[in-house]
Amino acid sequence: MKKILTLFIILVISQFYTLSSYAGSDGTLEINSKTRDQSAEVKDCFETVNRGIFAFNQGLDKIFFKPVAKGYRLLPKPIRSGTSNALSNLSNVVTIPNNILQGQFKEASINTLRFSINTTLGIAGIFDVASYYGLNKLDKEDYGQTLGTWGVKEGCYFVLPVLGPTTVRDTIGSLANFSGGDAWYNLTIANDTKYFENSDYYYSRLTAGVDFRAKNLEAFDSLENNSMDLYASVRSLYLQDRKRKILNSDETTETMNDDDWEEIDTQ
Amino acid sequence: MSKLKIISLFFLILLLNNISFAKEPSKLISEIVNEASVILSSSDPVESKIIKLNNIAETSVDIDGIGMYTLGKYRKNLNENQKIKYKKLFKSYFLKSFSSRLVDYSDPKISIVSEKKINEKYTIVSTILEKTSKNPEIKIDWRIYTKNPDRPLIRDLIVEGLSLARTQKEEFKSILQNNEEDINYLFKSLEEFIIK
Repeated sequence: MKKILTLFIILVISQFYTLSSYAGSDGTLEINSKTRDQSAEVKDCFETVNRGIFAFNQGLDKIFFKPVAKGYRLLPKPIRSGTSNALSNLSNVVTIPNNILQGQFKEASINTLRFSINTTLGIAGIFDVASYYGLNKLDKEDYGQTLGTWGVKEGCYFVLPVLGPTTVRDTIGSLANFSGGDAWYNLTIANDTKYFENSDYYYSRLTAGVDFRAKNLEAFDSLENNSMDLYASVRSLYLQDRKRKILNSDETTETMNDDDWEEIDTQ
Repeated sequence: MSKLKIISLFFLILLLNNISFAKEPSKLISEIVNEASVILSSSDPVESKIIKLNNIAETSVDIDGIGMYTLGKYRKNLNENQKIKYKKLFKSYFLKSFSSRLVDYSDPKISIVSEKKINEKYTIVSTILEKTSKNPEIKIDWRIYTKNPDRPLIRDLIVEGLSLARTQKEEFKSILQNNEEDINYLFKSLEEFIIK
């Protein structure tokens, strides 16, 4: 029971920063891909239940995460950017194996160099010294994205308590972190080292969640104020974001097709 | 011969006119960003800023086109009266949403990075919203409808790879799916949002 509870706590705080902002209808949702053939349908399983959980998460955000994030915003900028840099540096231990699993060997090399330089010269990643040497920060990768690049479909879309929106594929990907796929988890929790405590892991994940929330305070408020169905908007944004990350492309022309615009003529 | 000259002159003038009126999509973005920046950084009251921002949107955004896109497959089921009502409601909804999103920015700094023509109808203009003390740098792509090159119009904003038009379309679809696909329920939701 204690193990299950521990795993749940870890899942909660490790995913909060990626999932809390997004959330789903009873039907299906079509997401564009590079070509029409690749377009996928993501089923929103158990929408009624999902909407209930989403409302619960919104309440939790209002009474806990948002106020904490607002307080975090009051800290001096060097402290916030140092914290953000250190957390970003730590995420490399998951990004690097996923770079390799996706065949991104150049990115894996750059991230390994960045991690080595920033952990040592950058004092545990607080300072982004690697960027000074021309090794610019790259996108994060996770096991859910890797499964996506391998052709694994999303499966059902659903919302988890506290964790927020996810898909079957992304949840399986997250579990890989706790099966040896996350070196930071292995160091702090899985293996009993004398250098780190279990709490180090929990604090780092919780801080990552608060840091993410603090960076997106205005964006979340704007989304909330301008949505007639916030649940559907969040679901759309989550699925679009995951699709883009799996394609590893920032090019709008590559991540969206124009088919559904074609027949609309106003000129 | 003189007739030929006159005809040639006529076509030359027509050509020059076309050249002078054709507008580059990136120029359109540059102009509206500058105009919006002046409005947002002014000391005008919020109400005045909203009116001016809405004027920009009405001339540079294809609101009707976005409205029809947002309705997805349901647009085919509307009768003429419903179409007219929907267009009117969507315009009010869009302008309210547009100005309330922008009015929080005091002086946005947007720089144009590139312009990519997808086909005769669309060009994507890539821009960067510079970072501030509160927000990180944000990549914004603008989908410009260029069927009439003299009057390019904005059809979508893609913020960090996330399409606002697509998000809105899926939101409307969800509202309709959860209410027996009854367009009147969408009208009601739009009206509630407008008076909120």
